[in-house]
Amino acid sequence: MKSAVIVFPGSNCDRDVKVALTQSTGREPLMIWHQDRTLPEVDLIVLPGGFSYGDYLRCGAMAAQSPVMAEVVARANKGVAVLGICNGFQILTETGLLPGVLMRNAGLKFVCRDVHLRVEVTDTVFTRNYRKGQRIRVPIAHNEGNYFADEDTLKRLEDERRVAFRYTDAAGNATAEANPNGALRNIAGILNEKRNVLGLMPHPERLADALLGGTDGRPMFEGLAAAFA
Amino acid sequence: MNEITPATVAAHGLSPEEYARVRAILGRTPNLTELGIFSVMWSEHCSYKSSKKWLKLLPTTAPWVICGPGENAGVIDIGDGQAVIFKMESHNHPSFIEPYQGAATGVGGILRDVFTMGARPIANLNSLRFGSPDHPRTRHLLGGVVAGIGGYGNCVGVPTVGGECTFHPAYNGNILVNAMTVGLADKNRIFYSAAKGVGLPVVYVGSKTGRDGIHGATMASAEFSEDADAKRPTVQVGDPFTEKLLIEACLELMATDAIVAIQDMGAAGLTSSSFEMASKGGLGVELDLDQVPLREAGMTPYEIMLSESQERMLMIVKPGREDMAKRVFEKWELDVAVIGRTTDTGHMILKKDGRVVADLPIDPLAKASPQYDRPWRAAPRPAVIPAADVPQTNDLLGALKRLLGSPDLASKRWIWEQYDHMVMADTAGRPGGDAALVRVHGTKKALALTSDCTPRYCAADPVEGARQAVAEAWRNITATGATPLAVTDNMNFGNPEKPEIMGQFAGCIEGMRDACLALDFPVVSGNVSFYNETNGQAILPTPAIGAVGLIEDVAKAVAIAFKVEGLTVILVGDTKGHLGASIYLREICGREEGAPPPVDLDAERRNGDFVRRMIREGRIQACHDVSDGGLLVAVAEMALAGSVGAEIAPPSDEPPLHAWLFGEDQGRYVAATRDAQQVLGAAREAGVPVHVLGTTGGQTLTVGGIGSISLPELRESHEGWLPRYMATA
Repeated sequence: MKSAVIVFPGSNCDRDVKVALTQSTGREPLMIWHQDRTLPEVDLIVLPGGFSYGDYLRCGAMAAQSPVMAEVVARANKGVAVLGICNGFQILTETGLLPGVLMRNAGLKFVCRDVHLRVEVTDTVFTRNYRKGQRIRVPIAHNEGNYFADEDTLKRLEDERRVAFRYTDAAGNATAEANPNGALRNIAGILNEKRNVLGLMPHPERLADALLGGTDGRPMFEGLAAAFA
Repeated sequence: MNEITPATVAAHGLSPEEYARVRAILGRTPNLTELGIFSVMWSEHCSYKSSKKWLKLLPTTAPWVICGPGENAGVIDIGDGQAVIFKMESHNHPSFIEPYQGAATGVGGILRDVFTMGARPIANLNSLRFGSPDHPRTRHLLGGVVAGIGGYGNCVGVPTVGGECTFHPAYNGNILVNAMTVGLADKNRIFYSAAKGVGLPVVYVGSKTGRDGIHGATMASAEFSEDADAKRPTVQVGDPFTEKLLIEACLELMATDAIVAIQDMGAAGLTSSSFEMASKGGLGVELDLDQVPLREAGMTPYEIMLSESQERMLMIVKPGREDMAKRVFEKWELDVAVIGRTTDTGHMILKKDGRVVADLPIDPLAKASPQYDRPWRAAPRPAVIPAADVPQTNDLLGALKRLLGSPDLASKRWIWEQYDHMVMADTAGRPGGDAALVRVHGTKKALALTSDCTPRYCAADPVEGARQAVAEAWRNITATGATPLAVTDNMNFGNPEKPEIMGQFAGCIEGMRDACLALDFPVVSGNVSFYNETNGQAILPTPAIGAVGLIEDVAKAVAIAFKVEGLTVILVGDTKGHLGASIYLREICGREEGAPPPVDLDAERRNGDFVRRMIREGRIQACHDVSDGGLLVAVAEMALAGSVGAEIAPPSDEPPLHAWLFGEDQGRYVAATRDAQQVLGAAREAGVPVHVLGTTGGQTLTVGGIGSISLPELRESHEGWLPRYMATA
């Protein structure tokens, strides 16, 4: 699989996702600077976590306007797989590739901890190596992960099975207590209509190595590698 | 306005004697800009004028030390051509005045001290002290400081992996915010601050200079009175995004051969950075202040030189490499400007609008700063309180529950969950244990990192308390299986002009020296913060110890959690039942008195070396050092961390039960092992006292002959206090 990681000046999970991709695919991703206007042919584009341009304005709002993003949007519309993690998810909503917005956490604090997720769909290149309904443990680390969309959008997302991950308790129940940021319907990650764009707040790249305390993030990268083998 | 009166001199924090010295050095009256420069360079914060004499007593060398105190940070060798660069620094005064920005810029400043030497920052830690939880300001200060540390560290993308946070009324008027950064560098690419070569360009990079933080260093060198809030304009404002750009740009330029010397602009900004570089290189420097990137028009030379605007660096580059530097910094959209040249005059000459606005001889200013041998008086050592004189509560398990939910021992999860402690994907041991473990990227090795101090011990007996602070840091690293390597210290004290405060300082230095020598644990960097006093009320003496250790194979490290049932729980080290100055005495009996537990450094070393060997041989599956709260608190923390209980049996004779359970004797570890016989045998051979306490299992903590308490009940107390406290308006 050929992949590219977009590097904004304030990205800080670009190296982490590079390591995870290299580990799972045996091939290093290309690191693409935000001011580049062209992209090599790749199977997967990753928008990594971080604070793209400092995020003093709405998170991801400036990144969505950066030179490289026009090409990322064009590729996404052509069907290239695009994965946005954390700040990457925020950028995807700002570009309009994904619906809704990520508001400030309901608790008004940055939250960094492991959460349980339920895998809702497996018919995507991102989730094919998980089982439907599987509970996985992956960390979150964000201040703005409170997913919001209007009722019609939420209904569409549910009807079209575009909610990819939901926050749950250890038993797999999407309870209010298990919701770390106030996201509507405990939504942790969503897909676009064509199912080639995934945005999620949790960081699968951070638990893809047993020495760091878990490997539940790894099937995402292995699944992508298998899909584009 | 520009006339120098005695009032102007006093407002600049210079004594009449110091001012006389200024005039003697110059052979004339200084102008206001020059006076301002003297004032910050000779402030306690920048000159260490009260502490230098004492700091020289600390051991600073070892075969693995590459660079000790005197540079921006300390450097140690970790093998395979790599070095670790680290330091801890205080931002106490600004954090009290404006907690969010004070703490945030504290993190920014210590990050710059580390990456200015060529290291990529890989971990942050902090050591925090607040006033009584009942004090009306404590909640606001704690919330602001934590948000500030998180706001800065999370954005720059450096994990905040550890720290400590305790409370005491002595900090009501002066909180402590000590921040530590640990960085990783190639051993042959370390950058120092000494300028070399005449006629080389002086390059300014980073943020523009504004009017913020003027006289921050002077402010940090005086006591507070009622007017602390009025000092808010001396606090700087942080911009972590620019810091992130600065880290990447500096590391990118450092990978070339362009840089001769580099120095961050910290306290006293452009003044201290340019002076230090020129002074260390034995050179002069000429700066054209019209070239300095400014945030607003009309800034005077005085303001430009004394601004403490954040996220700025000063470099001397090789001739002809200015363009290369410009290209890199422009790529990262940072300001870059050549603002001067090195000279051979030994003078600093500042020009503005074509006129010379200051002309100062560098060496007398940087090196001949006043040094004081301040009078000091050692406090009398308090009496040892026998355990029999401390009342035993009828409800020992209830006491455990209270201790676990007391402010100092309660879980600090509410704090560290606001810090991104996993970014960079190398955090192998997360906050909440003895020492954090951060993998050396791309290798099997890991650094063990901790920060420690028990101020109530230091207040009772500065010598013994400081020995304990160093020993506890050493023990926390050992408890993971790592080898302790070196220390950075952050000495926080009251007004050094008072003999009893200087006595505390001298005592703590003596204690640290003892322990660092005995444990082969040199001090490679540090910071002194005096004048932590308000209206004559000083803080507890707080020599915070930050420490770094190394384990060759992170897979062999252990954590504190009981993860498996049926393991044998053992206690390493002697238990005499020392309750003086303990948490039990304070929280259960309401008494703060008595001598702190003595530290037997020979036993400390013997016990620690044994524990580390057992961990590395795979004979110990969980390990925790015994510190605040004593043995039962340590066992409870291990049970809660792994959600597996334990049953332990007290000894039949001495010491009294409450002293055995809650005494704070030093040099001890609780461990869980599946090879009890081998461990006991090895302990006998090594001359290390080891006692079997019991077995892991179940969902309760049971103490033989006393009863049981459930883990959920303990957890509610331990985890509940801080979130409840912070949720109360």
